[in-house]
Amino acid sequence: MSAETAGVTAADRVWHWLEAVPDPEIPVLSVLDLGIVRDVQWNGGEADECLVTVTPTYSGCPATDVISDDISKALHEHGVQKVRVQIRLAPAWTTDWLRPQAREKLCDYGIAPPVGLASNEHVVDISRLRASNKKPLQIDCPRCGSTHTALTSQFGSTPCKSLYRCLDCLEPFDYFKCH
Amino acid sequence: MSNEKFNYLLRLGDSTLILSQRLSEWCGKGPALEEDMALANTALDLLGQARQWLSYAGETDGMGQDEDDLAYLRNADQFANFLLVERPNGSYADTMVRQFFFDAWYHLALQKLVLSKDERIAAIAGKAAKEVRYHLRRSSDLIVRLGDGTPTSRSMIQSAVDELWPFTGEMFEADAIDLAVAEAKIGFDPSSLRSDWLSYVHSVLDEATIKMPNAEAWMQRGGKQGRHTEALSYLLAEMQSLKRAHPGAAW
Repeated sequence: MSAETAGVTAADRVWHWLEAVPDPEIPVLSVLDLGIVRDVQWNGGEADECLVTVTPTYSGCPATDVISDDISKALHEHGVQKVRVQIRLAPAWTTDWLRPQAREKLCDYGIAPPVGLASNEHVVDISRLRASNKKPLQIDCPRCGSTHTALTSQFGSTPCKSLYRCLDCLEPFDYFKCH
Repeated sequence: MSNEKFNYLLRLGDSTLILSQRLSEWCGKGPALEEDMALANTALDLLGQARQWLSYAGETDGMGQDEDDLAYLRNADQFANFLLVERPNGSYADTMVRQFFFDAWYHLALQKLVLSKDERIAAIAGKAAKEVRYHLRRSSDLIVRLGDGTPTSRSMIQSAVDELWPFTGEMFEADAIDLAVAEAKIGFDPSSLRSDWLSYVHSVLDEATIKMPNAEAWMQRGGKQGRHTEALSYLLAEMQSLKRAHPGAAW
């Protein structure tokens, strides 16, 4: 899409540029795939500050600072003079905001995408802990597609992931937690 | 009000900070790689939350202190965390029981704080609530697995529960600061969480075949008011030494 197309605002151009800003932890996803960019305000003028509002995935996620820097850098490269990245906590980020294509990209990258909706995850249900009631989530292996997988650890290499293993191809893999 | 709010935010920030620091002590020493990572991840969530609570506390105070000043430059008697979270790590059973007791409280507390009239408190709580729900699910699960496990794991969980029980009462005792923030509808009266906490803890311990101690037992108190056990000073010495040895250093 060219910037001159009628009806395209300066903010639309910024959204378009943000498509190319990757998440530092999972570089196959852009910050837009993740759903963490909540708002862009810019009138395109040289003197006007471009305000990008970002929400963190997790309270302690160290990638949040890197993402802010990457966004500023990318927009500077596109000639935006003044950029400010503001952090907004509410409403809290959820994996329900992942774009549909983000799920496919995660799978291709070897990470199983979230299963179910985070909005259904509100209670701590003690019945889940009862041995007789244990119905673990079915997470498909992103490598071989097997449904025969098991949880290794509730936490993986980053706060947003947990660790699974495939009982067929025997490979360990990350699962992007429903959050 | 701003003084009560400052102290209230310190309590939230200090309990999450100190527990995070305790959990970090396990890093590289966990009983299994997966447990090691899980504790480090929990510590990271709590540290992120502590940063939010403490930076807001610093802004509320208006004395120009940021979250690092509050974390590194206060002495033990200025910390307002629960005694429970400063208890040493002990065995893995001790660490998980401490985590379970705190998670069960914090999960309920955050449900109240998301309703705070103070938008910033509600926003921090809304974010934290999702993370803590996951922590609670994990710690509850481990209590059941270890409690209803081998005779050794069961007896270790039981003694950890008995040992840490007297440190839980403080979480439900309201003082003037709690009542002031509850009155202003920015916080809540902690005694209102007690029955829900007891009932949840009871259901998990029951599932874990662990005997629940007497709810009316004598309880330790004083952490929220800055009267700590000696364990906190050692923790702070380690946590603060670098910052204090190089005042004003930054990277």
